[in-house]
Amino acid sequence: MPILKIPSPLRSYTDGQVDVRVDGQNVGEALDSLVEKFPPLRPHLFNGDGKLRPFVNLFVDSQNVKDLDGLATPLADDTRVLLVPSIAGG
Amino acid sequence: MVVPLLPGLTRNEILRYSRHLLIPEVGLEGQRRLKGASALVIGVGGLGSPVALYLAAAGIGRIGLVDYDVVDASNLQRQVIHGTGTVGQRKVESARAKLVDLNPEVQVDVYDEAYTSQNAMRITEGYDVILDGTDNFPTRYLANDVAVFLGKPNVYASIYRFDGQVSVFDAGRGPCYRCLFPEPPPPGLVPSCAEGGVLGVLPGTIGTIQATEALKVLLGIGEPLIGRLLLYDALDMSVEFVKLKKNPKCRVCGPQADITELIDYEEFCGVPGHDHDTGSAGAGLDITAGELAGRLIGNGLVLLDVREPHELEISRIPNAINIPLGSLAARLAELDSARDIVVFCKSGTRSTRALELLAGAGFKKVKNLRGGINAWARAVDTSLPLY
Repeated sequence: MPILKIPSPLRSYTDGQVDVRVDGQNVGEALDSLVEKFPPLRPHLFNGDGKLRPFVNLFVDSQNVKDLDGLATPLADDTRVLLVPSIAGG
Repeated sequence: MVVPLLPGLTRNEILRYSRHLLIPEVGLEGQRRLKGASALVIGVGGLGSPVALYLAAAGIGRIGLVDYDVVDASNLQRQVIHGTGTVGQRKVESARAKLVDLNPEVQVDVYDEAYTSQNAMRITEGYDVILDGTDNFPTRYLANDVAVFLGKPNVYASIYRFDGQVSVFDAGRGPCYRCLFPEPPPPGLVPSCAEGGVLGVLPGTIGTIQATEALKVLLGIGEPLIGRLLLYDALDMSVEFVKLKKNPKCRVCGPQADITELIDYEEFCGVPGHDHDTGSAGAGLDITAGELAGRLIGNGLVLLDVREPHELEISRIPNAINIPLGSLAARLAELDSARDIVVFCKSGTRSTRALELLAGAGFKKVKNLRGGINAWARAVDTSLPLY
């Protein structure tokens, strides 16, 4: 099962979990699995049309999935996906 | 970076910078390079504190400090350039005094104003590198666009709770901030440190990495974080790097860029260019602490506290029910839309979002406690602490 690493701004929506094991053969399915487990996360990741919000970046093997196959980027078992939102604190 | 005429070092400076001069990658020429260099620090807060201190200690010849704010007691848990004795002073003046004491060889120029589309080009054009340590999205997009338009490297860092991000955005050599984040989050979706908190030492860790990158850029040594984003997690104590590429569709640095001059960044982001809580949900939607105290004498009013449970240990209003904002959507059934509801949080930002959520769910008799429980603590129950 792929693992999604949740950044601290979103951990209040995953019961504080950092590494969440999800189902899915690709990034899109992994995200669907994530928001199925934690429905309050959905509006933080997807806009009203179901598209990934532009300020959310996902990295697989240190590559932005936008530079790979987007949500269709395949995931092997135990692949770690980094979720990187924009934060503005200083 | 081309520095045509490097200034010499005095005997005092040679002694002061002795540990730099011993490093072959810096040496006498590198130190002269730093003396001839200038850096603009945008925001003299959590990140700006270690950044400015270490850049001054390192002997950057001219340091610019931009901040419009005054030192507040709640800053001191992390903003180590300020002190108890400078609470209430202008931040740039408090910082300048510390820097001049640390290194009188350095010229410190202060800009006691908000960094805006009107003044940003004028302030920035005379500096070699900018360090973005601001606390809000509009100023981050502004700093990025200024850096792209002026062709200057933007050493970027941001923090939240236990997480930090650092990169060097230099559109001439790699991606810019907009390549990574084409659009800001919708207003209210990503909490600020003022709302969500930040571990006090985090800006120390991240700010010193930011200062390191600026020194590398100015010295022309090592591998700056161009095209790479450093992700730091203090809880895991993990550091990860991801690769960043130029976005061919980038609106400011891409080949078809359509943003060619500074815009209205507060409008673009839908939020103000600071992280202070306004505490107001808007005209007709607020109730003041004093008005609420009067209303509580009667009854039938529901007080809804949307803070996190651990915040109730700091302060609370009797008989308020607690439903944290994050779980409000799932717990609407616990509220009666026929009754008058007053929503509050720490200072009015989360309660404003709760009001929007409730309005969207058909609640019509809802008000926001302007300024939150902190306003209540100031005006009504002065036994409560402010936080």
